[in-house]
Amino acid sequence: MCGIAGILNLDGQRVDPDHLVRMAGQLRHRGPDDLSVYTDKAAGLAHTRLSIIDLASGKQPMHNEDKSLSIVFNGEIFNYIELKNDLIKKGVRFKTQSDTEVLLRLYEQKGEECVHDLNGQWAFAIWDSKKESLFLSRDRLGVRPLFYTLANGAFLFGSEIKSIFAVPSVFREIDPVALDQIFTFWVTVPPHTIFKNILELPPGHFLTVQNKQVSLKKYWALDFPPAAESVADGAATEERYASDLLDLLIDATRIRLRSDVPVGAYLSGGLDSSLITALIRKFTNARLKTFSVAFDDPEFDEGSYQNEVARFLDTDHHEVQCDYSEIAGAFPSVIWHTEKPILRTAPAPLYILSELVRNHGYRVVLTGEGADEMFGGYDIFKEAKIRTFCAAQPDSSFRPLLYRRLYPYQQAMQRQPDAYLSAFFGARPQDQNSEFFSHLPRWQMTSKLKMFFSAEVKSQIGSRDASDILRMALPPGYFAWDGFCQAQYLESAYLLPGYILSSQGDRVAMAHSVEGRFPFLDYRVVEFASRIPPSLKMKVLNEKYLLKRCAGGLVPSSISKRHKQPYRAPDGKSFFQGIRHEYVDALLSPVRIRQDGLFDPLAVERLVEKFRKGRAIGVRDNMGFVGILSAQLVVDQFVKNFGVTSSYAEYPAGTAAVCH
Amino acid sequence: MQNIQQELRQFVIDNFLFGHGNGNLRNDDSFLDKGIIDSTGVLELVVFLEEKYHIKIHDRELVPDNLDSINNLVRFLETKLQHAS
Repeated sequence: MCGIAGILNLDGQRVDPDHLVRMAGQLRHRGPDDLSVYTDKAAGLAHTRLSIIDLASGKQPMHNEDKSLSIVFNGEIFNYIELKNDLIKKGVRFKTQSDTEVLLRLYEQKGEECVHDLNGQWAFAIWDSKKESLFLSRDRLGVRPLFYTLANGAFLFGSEIKSIFAVPSVFREIDPVALDQIFTFWVTVPPHTIFKNILELPPGHFLTVQNKQVSLKKYWALDFPPAAESVADGAATEERYASDLLDLLIDATRIRLRSDVPVGAYLSGGLDSSLITALIRKFTNARLKTFSVAFDDPEFDEGSYQNEVARFLDTDHHEVQCDYSEIAGAFPSVIWHTEKPILRTAPAPLYILSELVRNHGYRVVLTGEGADEMFGGYDIFKEAKIRTFCAAQPDSSFRPLLYRRLYPYQQAMQRQPDAYLSAFFGARPQDQNSEFFSHLPRWQMTSKLKMFFSAEVKSQIGSRDASDILRMALPPGYFAWDGFCQAQYLESAYLLPGYILSSQGDRVAMAHSVEGRFPFLDYRVVEFASRIPPSLKMKVLNEKYLLKRCAGGLVPSSISKRHKQPYRAPDGKSFFQGIRHEYVDALLSPVRIRQDGLFDPLAVERLVEKFRKGRAIGVRDNMGFVGILSAQLVVDQFVKNFGVTSSYAEYPAGTAAVCH
Repeated sequence: MQNIQQELRQFVIDNFLFGHGNGNLRNDDSFLDKGIIDSTGVLELVVFLEEKYHIKIHDRELVPDNLDSINNLVRFLETKLQHAS
């Protein structure tokens, strides 16, 4: 795992190595072991390394024999051993044991088509000196990040936006359209980022820069069969799906244990991470270390389940206890890493957890990410099913009672009167025909937060409908898919890469040089899951039905039978309990809000007041508060006070080298 | 009652609209249709009514007919206060 960055000067000028060093300096948390930069003609590549595979000779940038190809690579190619064997059979010779060299040789053989052979999580760049072209690629589901921009006649890229900002004269400004997206979908829609002119290479895409032209191409997208073909027929089919899935998951886990350093696992107390941990225990003899976050607040704590799984699977278990003030204390650092406003504090405890992992000397953890999206675990899928069921008989007084089963873990939701639950979740006639049916309650509720926007931001957004951009990007087969699959797609194409794998994944783990690996996001598992009939993913209202069948006997039955509780953390409350956090007062003061220009000072003042009085209990108030505070932190840390601090001096002596 | 109506308007504007909408909030606007309250907002409203007017609101009274606009609230509160006195 590493950080990568680079520059291609479109006017043919040589790249200033100092710029590359500055870019890499911003990525030192991603790769604390080594820093190198390389320049050739108008191109420059930079790399910071976290050594995991081939500790001795995996140094980057890596070149082929005649140095016509140079690569910087962040991530893992889990099937590199199989790919290497295939290449050796074709006469290709290797000098190192690293997966980076496999990737380079594969590109040498196949060019951009090589991405189809890769099973992994990656962002890499290859400079072809002969063709004078730069090739960037990102994994199918967006596990590893990659950003780029065109500024002052140069193409710049980096694993994180801060590395691009490290180049003097790159413009740093909030994009109100992206802010509007976050305050609708909880994420920006790729290639948008929260910053104007800074783009994200979307998951499943590659990009080529040649002859001053930037061309972007999609090489993979999540796809589902048409609804009519997606029907379960009998117990035998169910049995076959379950057994095939287990075989695939075992292999997806097995290849993710390939590493020259010990691999740990996260335990959330839920089904997904328990199953992954169980599969690791079956395939390694080493005593497995597992890690969890536990909360002081019992509404969020799952410690008893985590401990139960750890006992059942006999792991060496470690947990970090998290209270309100630790969440608030870590929050500015968390936003430095997420590089975007977020509406929930949930990334903060994971940031604290990755520090625990690092302190134990671990660099790699396997987790259960992706199972909810691929196997139908999220409440939003259940909610859509109930809304469809209620809409079919609008006069039924019984059907709306099902809404109460939706969120048993949310205390405020449980106390709600039936009439209101129905009114809030109920599908209006115009909603039933919407292509975004499943996500409308979430998006409409979130959009109400735009009342906090300043008049200036509102006028810049104008009458734009945030969902137009999603509508235009819907895949061709979308309308023929089952509604359940449409909901899965929306969750997997946007929230998964933009929040779960990013703000809650790569960014807070790599903040402490920890790499996450996700067997459920092996593309073979994902493509298999997409072919499972929706009725087997969620049987009536039993979420992840088929996955639970798979997990039978491998995890404690109390875990597979418990009601699914999504991972959450205390939100607004964290900032108003115990010690007073100066940065909160400073960034949310009416003067500062007015200066920064994104939000309405009066409205923010009243929201803060509501929290101070302990009266803000609703989901919307909490998302509003966290969203506003995080946006203010983004402005403070990236727009107003961005400083380049790191350089060679922070690396062990002798590891830095500028190569020409 | 003019007084109560004003107090209720002020609460809704401060608490759910965060100061916005004094000119826009009509007394017959449905809080649900206009998205003025979120799914838990009704609980905040109930807590406010019970504390401010020293009344007890029963579960069966938690329906939009009683709580879903300034006018509905005023009518509901009038009845409750009459019964209380």
